[in-house]
Amino acid sequence: MSLIRLQNISRRYQMGTETIHALRDVSLEIQRGEYVAIMGPSGSGKSTLMNLLGCLDTPTSGLYELNGTNVSEMDDNQLAEIRNKEIGFVFQTFNLLPRSNALRNVELPLIYSGMDAEERRDVALAALKSVGLGDRIHHKPNEMSGGQRQRVAIARALVNSPSIILADEPTGNLDSRTGEEIMALLEALSRKGNTIFVVTHEEDVAKHARRIIRIRDGLIASDECLMQGRENEPATTVA
Amino acid sequence: MNFFVELKEGLAIAWDAIRANKLRSILTTLGIVIGIVTVTLMGTAINGMNEAFRKSISIIGADMLFMDRHAWFIHTEAEWLKQMKRRPITMEQVKRVERELTLARAVAPVVGMGQSVRYKNRSSSMVQIFGTTDQFIYTSGFTMGQGRFITEAEASGGRPVCVIGQDVATNLFQNEAALGKQIKIGPRTLEVIGVLEKQGSFLGMQSLDNEVIIPIQQFLIGYMRDPDFEIQVKVARLEELEDAKEELRGVMRKVRQLAPGDDDDFAINQQDMFIKMFHSVAGTIAAVGLVITGLSLFVGGIGIMNIMFVSVAERTREIGVRKAIGAKRRTILIQFLSEAATICLLGGLIGMLIAYLFTFLIARVLPVSMSLPVVGLALLVSLLTGLASGFFPAWRAARMNPVDALRNE
Ligand SMILES: Nc1ncnc2c1ncn2[C@@H]1O[C@H](COP(=O)(O)OP(=O)(O)O)[C@@H](O)[C@H]1O
Ligand SMILES: [Mg+2]
Repeated sequence: MSLIRLQNISRRYQMGTETIHALRDVSLEIQRGEYVAIMGPSGSGKSTLMNLLGCLDTPTSGLYELNGTNVSEMDDNQLAEIRNKEIGFVFQTFNLLPRSNALRNVELPLIYSGMDAEERRDVALAALKSVGLGDRIHHKPNEMSGGQRQRVAIARALVNSPSIILADEPTGNLDSRTGEEIMALLEALSRKGNTIFVVTHEEDVAKHARRIIRIRDGLIASDECLMQGRENEPATTVA
Repeated sequence: MNFFVELKEGLAIAWDAIRANKLRSILTTLGIVIGIVTVTLMGTAINGMNEAFRKSISIIGADMLFMDRHAWFIHTEAEWLKQMKRRPITMEQVKRVERELTLARAVAPVVGMGQSVRYKNRSSSMVQIFGTTDQFIYTSGFTMGQGRFITEAEASGGRPVCVIGQDVATNLFQNEAALGKQIKIGPRTLEVIGVLEKQGSFLGMQSLDNEVIIPIQQFLIGYMRDPDFEIQVKVARLEELEDAKEELRGVMRKVRQLAPGDDDDFAINQQDMFIKMFHSVAGTIAAVGLVITGLSLFVGGIGIMNIMFVSVAERTREIGVRKAIGAKRRTILIQFLSEAATICLLGGLIGMLIAYLFTFLIARVLPVSMSLPVVGLALLVSLLTGLASGFFPAWRAARMNPVDALRNE
């Protein structure tokens, strides 16, 4: 069974009288453990896709199955629970809570999942160590570099052992060397068996992935698997 | 995540947020502070008044009827004019009432006037002089400090003796013994045969210790020939108060020769009237306080609501992040409600502190102290204000779409 199954997913935005088709009839299957890069020009619908995958948003039409359960018809609370347990987000702008230190930022998903304080601390510490920040746990975001902040964000994303880690342009606000480090970290996570999506503009960032999905105008333009060294046919065609 | 964890978490976040905006939070609580100060002071004042009143009113006694020409509380001028025209209650009438009452334990006629009292070169002005009988010791509930009260024979014989109150004793005799001394009341000289125990004051106004009690006959001969009497009646059994009142009324109507259709031309007063009067005064104070409190809490509540909207707007992105990470609507709602409630409780505490200081000032006039129920009420009120005014902003935060919230700059 696929980890993720998207069937004819559309997402439309109504802007006054104009309807924006951010995603048109996208179908997609992702297996557990895949490392997927999503590429495409600005405004093509990458973030929209990520938000749908991450259950932050619901499709206007279509079916989304995660782990065999239909999430496209879940209510707000159920989605919050899915996000908490199954999804880890990494954002371009890090999105850490500015007044909380690294440890507390990483603990947050565990708080929401109801873990008790002692266990929570251990688990969060382990996550911070795994991203190489075992010695920065009491630093606040503004006391850390961009790369360090993004590591905290990654630790936060993986602390609940989610099914998917979604990173929307995680290197967008970082210099290229730091960006490389972050990509290396994601790759290491992937090797440990995590399922990872990365949105990126840069071809060499995408090189880390084993599958590249290119999006244009809300459609999947191409879907290639680098591992097998062959290019797949686009999963969808223009309707 | 269960409710208590959410609450604990919400309070921790709220505390952080408040500390990050100290000045703003304090200023926001101003309306709440004023509201709580009024609520607390009012509650305290009413408690104090109740206490003072309870002490005073017990002097009157629930088993007492006071027959007067006019009622103690008259609410219209026309009524007042009418009652002032009534015939006085005479000694003749008093005697007949005394004879005919069956449900009374004690009946005492009382007449009074203000006079100055002298002993040697010391004098005390504006002393209440009461002319009455031996029965007065029962109707008044006074107790003797030294010596004895007037006897029946002294009362009807008009002997030149008197019983004096504590203040009079202190003023005239200081440390000297009062018993057996001759004092001058107006033109006449009387011998002190008793000193009353200290009685305190009635409703904080009239001292009950600045008085001299003399035999009724002495009063009639020496000071006033045809005064208007009050007849004090102590009923035999409290359960029969109403019956006794009816009996007294019937006897008085007969004595004053009223025709069956005529209105009473006298009034029977009792403790009850003071209590009613007091409740209406206390009610008015409570109502005024309530309006002030309500207004300031309303204004304060609006301020809290306003600042909570600001807080929600400022932290839109934080809300998005929390939701992305798994916060439910309820979690966010509780977070912001906790913040509003905490700010208000803070205001409540500040208000209570101020009220506590004020209480010391009031304590000079009324026997007040801040009671636990009042403190509880104030805290409850501020908590509810916080919840009420924080709800709308918190609801807005809780319902935010996470994608939109995260896009917020
Ligand atoms: N909340 C929104 N309201 C209206 N239009 C939106 C909204 N979010 C995205 N869009 C539009 O949908 C399209 C895809 O956006 P997005 O997925 O953010 O693109 P990308 O991430 O690939 O740059 C764009 O045309 C964008 O303007
Ligand atoms: Mg984007």
